[in-house]
Amino acid sequence: MTGSLGFFYLASVLVIVGGILVVTTRNIVYAAFALLVSMLGTAGIFLLAFAEFLAIVQILIYGGAVVIVVLFALMLTRIEDFRKLSQNNRWYLAAIASIALFLMLVIFTLSTSVPTSDRQGVSIKELGEHLFTYWAVPFEVASIVLLIALIGAIVLVKRNVSGSKHEGGSRLHD
Amino acid sequence: MIELAHFQLLSAALFCLGLYGVLARRSAVLVLMSIELMLNAVNINVVGYAALGGFDDFHRALGHVIVVFVITIAAAELALAIAIILRLYRNKNTVNVDEIDLLKG
Repeated sequence: MTGSLGFFYLASVLVIVGGILVVTTRNIVYAAFALLVSMLGTAGIFLLAFAEFLAIVQILIYGGAVVIVVLFALMLTRIEDFRKLSQNNRWYLAAIASIALFLMLVIFTLSTSVPTSDRQGVSIKELGEHLFTYWAVPFEVASIVLLIALIGAIVLVKRNVSGSKHEGGSRLHD
Repeated sequence: MIELAHFQLLSAALFCLGLYGVLARRSAVLVLMSIELMLNAVNINVVGYAALGGFDDFHRALGHVIVVFVITIAAAELALAIAIILRLYRNKNTVNVDEIDLLKG
């Protein structure tokens, strides 16, 4: 059992160091890769909680999709400007607020005792059965939300190529 | 022995890092990445409770189902937010969230 605690600390260091780099580094491309490190550490944490499916999804979605999309956004906006707009000049207020919240959460966590059990996982089979029996309707709604969001994203960034040809139907002018 | 408090403290630390990023960063893309960090902190907390909270089978699976939904909504939100940022960049030529004040009177 002490071995798993060692792995937990290793994954925690990945998560926290990645997170610190995301919010402090001045080079924006490093921030995107630090986000990837943090997400991979989170996948390790999920594995230690016996959530294999969620670990796989985490690596696929965040490692494969989110970091690539964020890099696309960085490359499509002006990259040389990022050095001077990395932090605003009231960053110490933000630091005070987040450190205060962290201390509050630590105090509450350590002062309350929650009934705990041994580590128990959810197998992929069990998770699939629950997802497609009890939570089938929310699952379908979530997939429709995802579809509509992706179509909306395409409509938002679409350039008006043909000019006045579709003037009647198009509500988005540059 | 991994305790529930480990998950809770890791989640709290990551959430506060994300909060700092949202409040202190100027670039809209970095604010978005910090929001992803906060969503991940929530996921770590829920998974920790599902594994160690002493729930029955149904509620343990429910915790994992919630995490699946959070990841889905995070992906949808990211796609829309990136689209809005690209649109803003095309129209206003900036991604600095301090300069985007069209609604100011």
